[in-house]
Amino acid sequence: MEANTRSTGRLPAAFLTPGSSSFMDFLTDHSPAMLPGNRPLPVVQGAIQAPHGTTIVAASFPGGVVLAGDRRATMGNMIAQRDIEKVFPADEYSAVGIAGTAGLAVEMVKLFQLELEHFEKVEGTTLSLEGKANRLSTMIRGNLGMAMQGLAVVPLFAGYDVDRGRGRIFSYDVTGGRSEELGYAATGSGSIFAKGSMKKLFRSDLTEQETTTLVVQALYDAADDDSATGGPDVARRIYPIVTVITDEGFRRLSDAESSELARSIIERRLEQPDGPRAPLL
Amino acid sequence: MADRAEYARKGIARGRSLVVLQYADGIVFVGENPSRALHKFSEIYDRIGFAAAGKYNEYENLRIGGVRYADLRGYTYDRDDVTARGLANVYAQTLGTIFSSAAEKPYEVELVVAEVGSEAEGDQIYRLPHDGSIVDEHGSVAVGGNAEQISTFLDQEHRDGMTLAEALKLAVQALSRDTNGSEREIPAERLEVAVLDRTRPQQRKFKRIIGRQLSRLLAADDAASAKTDVPSDEEEDE
Repeated sequence: MEANTRSTGRLPAAFLTPGSSSFMDFLTDHSPAMLPGNRPLPVVQGAIQAPHGTTIVAASFPGGVVLAGDRRATMGNMIAQRDIEKVFPADEYSAVGIAGTAGLAVEMVKLFQLELEHFEKVEGTTLSLEGKANRLSTMIRGNLGMAMQGLAVVPLFAGYDVDRGRGRIFSYDVTGGRSEELGYAATGSGSIFAKGSMKKLFRSDLTEQETTTLVVQALYDAADDDSATGGPDVARRIYPIVTVITDEGFRRLSDAESSELARSIIERRLEQPDGPRAPLL
Repeated sequence: MADRAEYARKGIARGRSLVVLQYADGIVFVGENPSRALHKFSEIYDRIGFAAAGKYNEYENLRIGGVRYADLRGYTYDRDDVTARGLANVYAQTLGTIFSSAAEKPYEVELVVAEVGSEAEGDQIYRLPHDGSIVDEHGSVAVGGNAEQISTFLDQEHRDGMTLAEALKLAVQALSRDTNGSEREIPAERLEVAVLDRTRPQQRKFKRIIGRQLSRLLAADDAASAKTDVPSDEEEDE
């Protein structure tokens, strides 16, 4: 029966075999070559030039979590793209922001989204937030070979935990190591500056609106000191992507909302270029 | 061959019937199902839904096969390249091969694959009987035990552009008719209802209608039905 699968056009046996609810497991059985981690790695000398995404930041507030990213992709000292989008909804209650090799990261996100959707459709229920975070770990680990050749992907995962009723943030390292971050987190080249900024500005009782301001301030500070992070581009009307996840689900701020947010910050920075000051004591 | 067809038909007739109807904003699936865990209707992809009557383990297998087919296709090409027509074709080939293969017993299932278009003209409903044929249906379709009688009733009563409440009530009325023509009551908690709603802002148009929203739709009289027709987002998680 398996042999004449193609000629009859019926579903191949692998499609009708009961088993895993994971799309990646299905790909492993049915067409392993389509899985990103299963591609043979060529031997290369030196680093491969490919566009890299830069800074992603996240912060939680009572009732949800905010995930945001700048819009720049760089290749060496060049700006590869000014308006790249690096924050994506993973499903209704979670989102993923990507830093690292853009091409591989976008593919990883696409597969991750599909993995969650596939599970939901097959099982009739969604994965727990921890389960989703662990799934992403596995995918990053699958990219380790590429990462060792300089093509790392390091995402930030944020979501609303429906069971616990709060927003949660997970950060990753290049080997797939996962850690839950309390309060705020950042990844990518500008993350050091973004974290420094949020360290001074973050409070655990901020509102949703204040938290969106916080993350855009942090991205501004990252762009201020890291050449690979793009600041708000008023001339071209390119502003950071800001997403909010609450018990109502995933929402991306409209262009009008994020432009207003970025403009209000620029306005204040004209007076105070280093941004708001935290008290000394 | 006739024996095999008879065998499959008997198996399907043991199951309860279900109906799939077009309404103004999409396609509604209605069936009597005492179980809350074993669904007769499911989401396959963004605009594609699946309904099945007959033997649960067999159609569940086909459903998962369909989800795998659709997800793999969408991942390989693009989400727009997954169509009900393609899926119906694959199901028909699968059922047909199994039906005519002496080594396998025929599946005791009858499937419906439906796709909601951006306009009512783009809606597609395919019925897939156990032997691998495809029937392109318009307006309404019934499968399962009492399907023939229900179809005749629906053909007379169904019209284009019904509201969701109207279509739902017509479906329940059709399902309540016994083989001998008398009517019986089907309580709301024994109904399984799902829609493919083209007005849903999300990419995925499939949605189950349960709990309060279902009772409200069943209770809505015709004057109020236009208002309750568009389920707002707050009602979704009930």
